[in-house]
Amino acid sequence: MSTPKRDKPWLMRTYSGHSSAKASNELYRTNLSKGQTGLSVAFDLPTQTGYDSDHPLARGEVGKVGVPIGNIGDMQALFDQIPLGQMNTSMTINATAAWLLALYVAVAERQGASPAQLQGTTQNDILKEYLSRGTYIFPPAPSVRLTTDIIAYTVKNIPKWNPTNICSYHLQEAGATPTQELAYALSTAIAVMDAVRDSGQIGADGFEQVVGRISFFVNAGIRFIEETCKLRAFGEMWDKLTQERYGAQSEEMRRFRYGVQVNSLGLTEAQPENNVQRIVLEMLGVSLSKRARARAIQLPAWNEALGLPRPWDQQWALRMQQVLAFETDLLEYGDIFDGSPVIAAKVKALVDGATAEMARVQEQGGMVQAIESGYVKRQLVTSHTERMRAIERGDLKIIGLNCYQETEQSPLTGGVDSGIMKVDPRAEREQIERLNAFRAQRNTAEVKAALATLAETARGGSNIMPASILCAHAGVTTGEWSQTLRDIFGEYRAPTGIDIPANDDARSARAVAIRTQVNQTGEEVGRPLRLLIGKPGLDGHSNGAEQIAVKGRDVGFEIVYEGIRLTPEQIAKAALEEGVHLIGLSVLSGSHIEMVDDVFNQLGKVGLKDVPVVIGGIIPESDAKLLKERGIAAVYTPKDIDMNGIMVDILNLIRKANELKPVAVV
Amino acid sequence: MSLALPEPDALAVAVSGRDRLALARALNLLDDRRPAARQCAAAFLDALPTDKLDTGGHLIGITGPPGAGKSSLTAALIQVWRRRGLKVAILAVDPSSPITGGALLGDRLRMHASGADREVFIRSLACRGEFGGLSAEVWPMSLAMLAAFDIVLVETVGVGQKEIDVSKMTDTTCFVAQPASGDSIQFLKAGIMEVPHVIVVNKEDIGMAARKTLSELKNTLRRQMDPEGWQVPALSASAALGSGIEKLADALDSHRQWLLGQGQFTARRQRCQAEWLVKHLREEFGRYGIGLLGGEEALFTALANSPRRSPIAEYDALRGRVMDAFQR
Ligand code: B12
Ligand SMILES: Nc1nc2c(ncn2[C@@H]2O[C@H](COP(=O)(O)OP(=O)(O)O)[C@@H](O)[C@H]2O)c(=O)[nH]1
Ligand SMILES: [Mg+2]
Repeated sequence: MSTPKRDKPWLMRTYSGHSSAKASNELYRTNLSKGQTGLSVAFDLPTQTGYDSDHPLARGEVGKVGVPIGNIGDMQALFDQIPLGQMNTSMTINATAAWLLALYVAVAERQGASPAQLQGTTQNDILKEYLSRGTYIFPPAPSVRLTTDIIAYTVKNIPKWNPTNICSYHLQEAGATPTQELAYALSTAIAVMDAVRDSGQIGADGFEQVVGRISFFVNAGIRFIEETCKLRAFGEMWDKLTQERYGAQSEEMRRFRYGVQVNSLGLTEAQPENNVQRIVLEMLGVSLSKRARARAIQLPAWNEALGLPRPWDQQWALRMQQVLAFETDLLEYGDIFDGSPVIAAKVKALVDGATAEMARVQEQGGMVQAIESGYVKRQLVTSHTERMRAIERGDLKIIGLNCYQETEQSPLTGGVDSGIMKVDPRAEREQIERLNAFRAQRNTAEVKAALATLAETARGGSNIMPASILCAHAGVTTGEWSQTLRDIFGEYRAPTGIDIPANDDARSARAVAIRTQVNQTGEEVGRPLRLLIGKPGLDGHSNGAEQIAVKGRDVGFEIVYEGIRLTPEQIAKAALEEGVHLIGLSVLSGSHIEMVDDVFNQLGKVGLKDVPVVIGGIIPESDAKLLKERGIAAVYTPKDIDMNGIMVDILNLIRKANELKPVAVV
Repeated sequence: MSLALPEPDALAVAVSGRDRLALARALNLLDDRRPAARQCAAAFLDALPTDKLDTGGHLIGITGPPGAGKSSLTAALIQVWRRRGLKVAILAVDPSSPITGGALLGDRLRMHASGADREVFIRSLACRGEFGGLSAEVWPMSLAMLAAFDIVLVETVGVGQKEIDVSKMTDTTCFVAQPASGDSIQFLKAGIMEVPHVIVVNKEDIGMAARKTLSELKNTLRRQMDPEGWQVPALSASAALGSGIEKLADALDSHRQWLLGQGQFTARRQRCQAEWLVKHLREEFGRYGIGLLGGEEALFTALANSPRRSPIAEYDALRGRVMDAFQR
């Protein structure tokens, strides 16, 4: 049998990093030896939000959801024995992207590689951080400036680098429809490219180069035919936009280049083995159509909704890609959809819808303004609310979650580790010790001088990268780099988007029945019932909190919700000042034990020992028990999709705290 | 938490001593509609130190269309006041959902920078039905806050631009104008809108549109004067940049000084309470109910001359009279 000519497969990555630079380095080298062809670095939340490991806000988060990188020493350890001149490294980093890129360049220099050799990606898409991902620091204007500085710097000095990955991935994870994904990602691209053009750092003749370096990071959900069409629509729209708005002539430069992580929002805690089918089907959406095929794919693991994946879980996800690429005949054909009228019609519908929404964004002055006013976030929360209601009603079927729930005991979640990776709690302490040792051996005068240069650059208008690379070599820490810019740029809090009109479900019989009881109890306790929804710590997962807030409003509660990243002290203060009847915490990052301890401690300090506290998020069963022992009244996890039921529980917890008998709502 | 009511005198002492937990409890009490709670609340208000209620502190209302930047400006003002050593309490009123009665109280978010400052106290309120962008609890709650803080600021919902009822229940009212929105100017010109004491055009960072709105406002104001003789300043600021905030704080304080100089301060506070009572009666009984009490004018005159009484006790007394008259 003759072997047919096959296309080259996409880059295969696994998004990973944990505990420490050293542990992550070992993991990366193992992954590479298993046939992975690129690296995708997950940073921990303190690194992403610009805090040193010993900052009070970092407590419980160091090394948890990613690797802590506090200085050049950590970065060197992360890439020990990995020659950066030959590697392709993707870094999911945004607010502190300039800093992490500076560290990367500095390490490469120390390894003897020149910047021109470096290949990889900095995510560097700050706008979607305000909408979904949550690791922003500064207000939009200075943030966009940092983004443009990275683009301008790399186009000139690291030409093979992808300086920004415009992300629609996170928008879908926050509830976006395919049309919204297209519209907001492309509107973001316009905001970024306009900013680069207006910054004057790149001349008109070099602009095509910028266009060619912009890449995307998209999502692919379970409706894989529609997703295929979405990717084709992306390609068409990008081609047109870059030609018409930015005058890019070369077809090569106008090509829509993207990487993917497939949908994780739809992966379930219930019957988690079914996630494997979902992941494989989702991968089809970004690979079937050659014309719209991904350049790089990373897949979540079957245990996505349970907690962090272990190396074996990640290996399984990598093997899915390898089977598709190497066993099937997918890569032997040209585009199998060209000429299909069904596909063409769907693509057109998506293009039309997205074009109309993009026009609405432009009418408001562009993406930055539409984010600042809360418009875009409200659109996302509205879509996500509709999705949640459809799941609750059973109209949107999710196998094992709202139908076919009966199941045999899963052998996958047995094991001593319950099927997830637990980060060693010693990681945080050890990282702080390393940080202190690093600080002790560096040249303080050199650090001070580098930071002064950085501050001067930030205040003035020149490119932030050279000063940042100087800081990297001088031994500046992540916290110092970020604080210097915080002092100059200020900090920002994004709109929560929950101020949306009540949808039809608020009029459903069940909602009305609950509302009647909520009002009744309000009368019994003397005043309307109030809930504080709090997100303690650096965790940016806001979907759950938003949905609980909107649902709470819809069943008649008064809701206080201030968005992500509150300190336990701020939560206790708000609970006191607002006179709330119950506090609901939402923690998905895994730091729930630390957060709950701190919140209880602060509540005790302000004299609010008797307000009931519930929590929701990614909380393993064994931890749920621990939390209840500490006084948490109820624990909710992703499998609890009956939001009305949650509301009734909350109502009854309030009744109990006020010495009233529970009510039943049918 | 239990349904037991606090001891009113002790609560008043604790609130005046700026015990934060006590203030929180007092605000809960003032929100409590059970009959026994209302009695307790009345006793609590009566026990508050009268000097603070008559001449103490500065009660400021901030109003303007939704999105003009009331919360953002408040956040910026808090920073300035704190630097001046003043202790600040905020009552932020948000709309309730007309369909569900529930509410999302979101103003706190913008005032987040004060999140850990113990000398700043923020209570959100849902405007639960119509009260001209306020909530009926605002006045009694303002009194409790005045007993403990130097500045008490009420942020309204900012429903219609004409509705600046808050100006009747505060010492000083600040109107925040949205650049490039001519409505407020039209309302001012037509005399539909009550003239506020201070006008500020926010978002000066956006440039042209803000300057244009400011100059139009200034032109309109030149032809208008507060009947009491206070010259209304029109200022420009940016909550985003933090510019013009010191001046805004100065202007607000000038109005307070002016009221004090006119010897009108206590009278104004008394009038605020009367306005609140009449408004509240009108909400509950309509024009007809007020008519049963002899009409608005007579009511104001009577209230101006009646001895001090907590707003709750006074209201319940008036309410009783209306009910009696109904029954007759
Ligand atoms: C969507 C998602 C995202 C989105 C978040 C968008 C947003 N604005 O919320 C994006 C793509 C941005 C994202 C990013 C990250 N994510 Co993520 N993400 C998820 C995912 C897939 C779904 C979470 C979700 O939104 N579900 C839908 C909502 C409605 O469900 P929920 O929050 O669970 O809420 C329900 C219940 O839990 C409960 N509930 C929740 N809160 C509350 C509060 C109250 C008061 C009550 C009563 C009930 C309640 O009620 C809800 C209704 O059923 C989960 C995995 C999964 N499938 O669960 C991973 C997951 C949470 N993410 C994870 C990680 C690591 C990250 C990152 C930190 C990765 C990194 N290193 O950068 C980043 C950074 C985010 C940050 N800033 O913190 C991990 C956390 C690991 C852990 N706990 O050990 C998970 C578990 C995935 C995994 N297995 O690795 N993520
Ligand atoms: N450009 C600009 N925007 C502002 C300024 N102040 C507030 N905003 C924005 O205006 C919107 C509404 O602000 P907010 O304070 O909530 O207004 P409120 O509804 O009047 O309380 C938000 O998107 C703010 O970011 C400002 O000074 N300049
Ligand atoms: Mg407001």
